[in-house]
Amino acid sequence: MLKYCTVVLFFLVQNAVAQDVESLVKKIKAKYEKVNDYEASGKMKTNVVFIKAPIAKVKVYYKKPNKLKIKNESGVSFIPKGSVNVNMGNVFAVKDFQALDAGTDKVNGVTVKVIRVLPNDTDNSDIVLSTLYVDEKNLLVLKSKTSTKDNGTYELLMQYGDQAAYGLPSKVEFSFNVKDYKLPKGVTFDYDNGASKDNAKKLKSKKGKVEITYSSYIVNKGIKDEIFR
Amino acid sequence: MFFTLLKIELYKIGKRPRTYISFGALAILIFLIQIALKANGNEFIDIILSSQSETFDIPKEQILNGYFVCFIILNMLLVHIPLLVALIAADQVSGEANMGTLRFLVSKPVNRAQIILAKYLASVLYIIVMLIWIALLGLFLSNFIFGTNDLFIGRQLDALVIEKTDILWRYVLAFLFATLGLSVIGALAIMLSVFSENSIGPIVATTAIVIVCTIIQQLSVPLFENTITPWLFTTHMLGWKGFFYPQSFELVGDEGSTVIAGTIERTSALYKSVAILVGYIVLFLSIAIWKFKRKDILS
Repeated sequence: MLKYCTVVLFFLVQNAVAQDVESLVKKIKAKYEKVNDYEASGKMKTNVVFIKAPIAKVKVYYKKPNKLKIKNESGVSFIPKGSVNVNMGNVFAVKDFQALDAGTDKVNGVTVKVIRVLPNDTDNSDIVLSTLYVDEKNLLVLKSKTSTKDNGTYELLMQYGDQAAYGLPSKVEFSFNVKDYKLPKGVTFDYDNGASKDNAKKLKSKKGKVEITYSSYIVNKGIKDEIFR
Repeated sequence: MFFTLLKIELYKIGKRPRTYISFGALAILIFLIQIALKANGNEFIDIILSSQSETFDIPKEQILNGYFVCFIILNMLLVHIPLLVALIAADQVSGEANMGTLRFLVSKPVNRAQIILAKYLASVLYIIVMLIWIALLGLFLSNFIFGTNDLFIGRQLDALVIEKTDILWRYVLAFLFATLGLSVIGALAIMLSVFSENSIGPIVATTAIVIVCTIIQQLSVPLFENTITPWLFTTHMLGWKGFFYPQSFELVGDEGSTVIAGTIERTSALYKSVAILVGYIVLFLSIAIWKFKRKDILS
């Protein structure tokens, strides 16, 4: 009898916890859903071991539910294909999901709740699993790890400023996996200035990072669909 | 007297039809590259960056600009231009020997060293005019056709992006460096020309030496890389590209780096290349003068 009661109690507690994190995710989702669209200006640092590029001035356009475009209108920038995941819109666009409590952790010194979000309709969602690191007090996602079907796994680290009420970050670090880069010597005809031997040692990193520091946001003023083409 | 000799040599170069063949050939080659890149530039960039097309949205329209096209043109042409330089410079002494005008020239009261130096300087001026021609067609016409934007450079192990406001001065220095590099070919061709009585031999010999050196340089074999390659003039002729390798600073806590505008990575390597190329010019011209002074002019 005692065994039976313990099992029932366990499932009841589990269910209560699941409902708790699910309602937390819904609260955060409601906060993020205040944003229908935005146009943000910022500076982008491309931090990939084999790319040496200047810091670029970019514009980031977002429109509900999950349209996102990063544009460097004045120069050449290598923007990762999964950049649609550079904000939380893609994760919160998932309507039918299951949220699981995965304990607590610390992000930049802040204690956060770790929540795993699993879409129920996996056939129509590119996202397979998203782990959110949530600041419960401010209802903000400080970090996320998202595994997708087509664009690999991405990690997002966010800092918030004056747009925190909309859940829009002031700084985003977007990490992604990169492939090896090498061109044939006979094609490039490189000049050997001695630097390539030093660089070769560092080229083993498989992680890339894009860092965007936003300077301004224009929120909910409407954005034309042509921008995303 | 030296300037009179120089004027005569320039007049002779100007009178030769082959001089204009070079300019015509260069124009056709540059137009062909421009037409090809205008038609299929995106596919060309796809080939270069095929390994990264799954990870990044490749900004092909932005990459395909006049500065990039000029870099491709120089990359393709500066390997082959030595042949065009040889056509003129290798004919300087041997051509006159073949035509029988050399005896007439040395019978005048001028130092034989001055004759060689005047011929060499005339060849260098020909190289400068040829590079101005390439700059007009390769850089300015390409900028007109393709527009300007940041310059993308794909190296063997990394890719560089240089801001468009930081490019033009690099091209000016690159063209000056290319003048020095091709002047080595001019000196080599004149040296070989002194040893011959006809033009074909020195032209073929100059071209053959350049081809052999380029192949040795491109072979990634430690036997050559650690011994001969660092001292080949063809290795240092690529120094023009060094002006397009900017310094970069490491991003704090990460492994990437960002370029610093207005800088050159390892200027010491460029100084070394300049010194080696100047050394080759001095060596080749010294041999040419030494031989020419002792040469029995029979024709």
